[in-house]
Amino acid sequence: MSKHKIFYNARLIDPVEMTDSTGGMYIGDGKVLDIGSHVTRDYDAKIAVEYIDVKGQILAPGLVDMRVFMNGVGNQTLKNTGVSAAAGGVTSLMSMPNSEPIIEDIALVEYINGRSKSVSGINLYTSAALTQGLEGKQMAEIGLLKKAGAIAFTDGRKSVQNSLLFKRLLEYAKSHNALIIHDVEDKDLAGDGVMNEGLFASRLGLPSKPKIAETILLERDLALASLTKAKYHVSQISCAESLNAVIRAKSENAPITAGVSINNLTLNEFDIGEYRSFLRLEPPLRSEDDRMAMVEGIKNGDIDVIVSSHDPQDPDGKRHPFADAAVGAVGLETLLSAALRLYHSEGVDLPTLWRALSYNPAQILGLNVGYLKTNSPADFIIVDAEHSWKVERTALKSQSTNTPFENRILQGKVLATYIDGHKIFELGN
Amino acid sequence: MKNFENMMKPHFADKHLLGIEGLKEANITALLDLAEKKIEQSRRDTKKTDVLQGRTQINLFFESSTRTQASFEIAGKRLGADVLNMAVAHSSIKKGETLIDTAATLNAMQPDLLVIRHHSAGAVELLSQKVNCAVINAGDGRHEHPTQALLDALTIRRNKGKLARLTIAICGDILHSRVARSNIILLNIMGARVRLIAPPTLLPAGAEKMGCEVFHDMEEGLKGVDIVMMLRLQTERMQGAFIPSAREYHQFYGLTEKKLSYANDDAMVMHPGPMNRGVEIDSVVADSARSLIREQVEMGVAVRMGVLEALSNNWLSKNKGGA
Repeated sequence: MSKHKIFYNARLIDPVEMTDSTGGMYIGDGKVLDIGSHVTRDYDAKIAVEYIDVKGQILAPGLVDMRVFMNGVGNQTLKNTGVSAAAGGVTSLMSMPNSEPIIEDIALVEYINGRSKSVSGINLYTSAALTQGLEGKQMAEIGLLKKAGAIAFTDGRKSVQNSLLFKRLLEYAKSHNALIIHDVEDKDLAGDGVMNEGLFASRLGLPSKPKIAETILLERDLALASLTKAKYHVSQISCAESLNAVIRAKSENAPITAGVSINNLTLNEFDIGEYRSFLRLEPPLRSEDDRMAMVEGIKNGDIDVIVSSHDPQDPDGKRHPFADAAVGAVGLETLLSAALRLYHSEGVDLPTLWRALSYNPAQILGLNVGYLKTNSPADFIIVDAEHSWKVERTALKSQSTNTPFENRILQGKVLATYIDGHKIFELGN
Repeated sequence: MKNFENMMKPHFADKHLLGIEGLKEANITALLDLAEKKIEQSRRDTKKTDVLQGRTQINLFFESSTRTQASFEIAGKRLGADVLNMAVAHSSIKKGETLIDTAATLNAMQPDLLVIRHHSAGAVELLSQKVNCAVINAGDGRHEHPTQALLDALTIRRNKGKLARLTIAICGDILHSRVARSNIILLNIMGARVRLIAPPTLLPAGAEKMGCEVFHDMEEGLKGVDIVMMLRLQTERMQGAFIPSAREYHQFYGLTEKKLSYANDDAMVMHPGPMNRGVEIDSVVADSARSLIREQVEMGVAVRMGVLEALSNNWLSKNKGGA
């Protein structure tokens, strides 16, 4: 058993009390034993402890990322995902079922859960398919999969188009107290679009998808969630109209929550520039007005969760013209650094940011992580909010390096990541 | 000394012709002037010169095309280049090699001029970054088709004596048309007034912000127009998804003698071809004295000769000068 430790002289971010204050944390046996302003260099632990000077850097709960794609479920994939997550300060994540094989089988859920932590090194939970084969036609075995350990149900990148089936899914999931997470895109309205509809898409000559393709399905979902009172989380919204729909539904006490991708918070359609295929994302990058609306949504707490939408792609898949290129980008390693842009330049305070990055997603998923209180797991990170670094592909730990932030300077870096009190990542190592 | 060098620079000094966007009025005028000189050459009995002798031109068409490919082939051959046509089926590309691999393979064959058509917007630009020769965009997705816009401009200039201050209506399927896009950009650069006439379902988002006036009615839109440019409507788009039927489209947007009468008395008619007679244009109009459609085809060869020569010279001077 490792020695008990006292981290002192830290900038503590508490997303529950919403405070940003100086203090320290006492940990032992994988748990938080004490935390607060009274934990200093002079703290009397009564037993031999190791004292660590955090030097005024941020000490905060590890991030909880509820949208991570894995290509498979093999040990190497689990390991790579864990390494990327740890480097990005993500201590818990939920993987999406869109892997090869699709996660829709009880044995597969048990297989992942049985070894995910030992292999990946982090808390890796799996969701399961909402419909069989993610085809949006027949229900998956929600009850059995939940019993096996699936923490949420989603078709990942796919949206259930059939409204009758979606209503039944919500009704059925409610009886099992299961959470449905949904991507919202009307297939017909989206058509063959590959970026946001507007003047810029017209100029590039790229087929585009209108915002209404997202909003119309979201409005349907919200109406059905309100009707059935089932637990519903919209995975990623991307435009002001969707945010308004979420605000309206919440004001009517519908049991819903909403997420946004870090990409839609920090990038807009103009970043596509001259057909940069790494910026081919879902939902597509929208206008600057929409991006600012997303930031406001985080600031006001109307959007509950920020996700990385980590989606590694084979480099060959991106070596195509924009419209033919694979969709998606890696994001685990850059999630926090990119999110800190909201703190540095958009007036979002750190507790608010952490609420969306750790506490809220854990609460929505029903996980006892994402905050630091006496007796909670010692899953935390130490962060230098000022540290500037250039996102170079060679500098990423991820096997895939399709980052939309390539060659950008981000401000803020994870210095160390701890799980159950054990250091699993340290910058420079 | 600096000023003198500037004066000596050709007005079109780019390495590639990827689109009209980014060109300046002087660049376009220079290309049109050069193309104008090539018209005579094609009308002679002996059409071939040795301007591009020893140069290799590859026409790489990822999307099938008869007319444009033939036009580029003839243009290259009349200038003395060795021309090779490569048709690359869409499916084989999707299955195997990436576009960048294709570029590397071709580049190793040391071509001097690459003429590329691709179904995906931005694909030609992507290829141009990976090869060591001049690249000409012969159409990429819905993005651009610069030589078509240039040949249209040359045709107009020869018939109207100018481009500036003319009123030009582009009619039909603007949404899916790279020809429309390149023409809108070129005509705006040259100071023409551009109108778009189309049903709302065939207009791109933000059309009114592209320097155009937008109309949904031919009678209103054609008033005072000097040039009527019709666009082709693909057969698969006539059957209900974008417009109710070919019959209805013809009724409201097909260019008939009657509709043409709303335009100026000396208005001329253009079409990039191939035409759907009886759908977007009536035969009476297409074959009338006011039609420039056949002249457009002739100007196509001249413009492509001009572009091939200009780009070839630009690369030559770069290599020689070591700059």
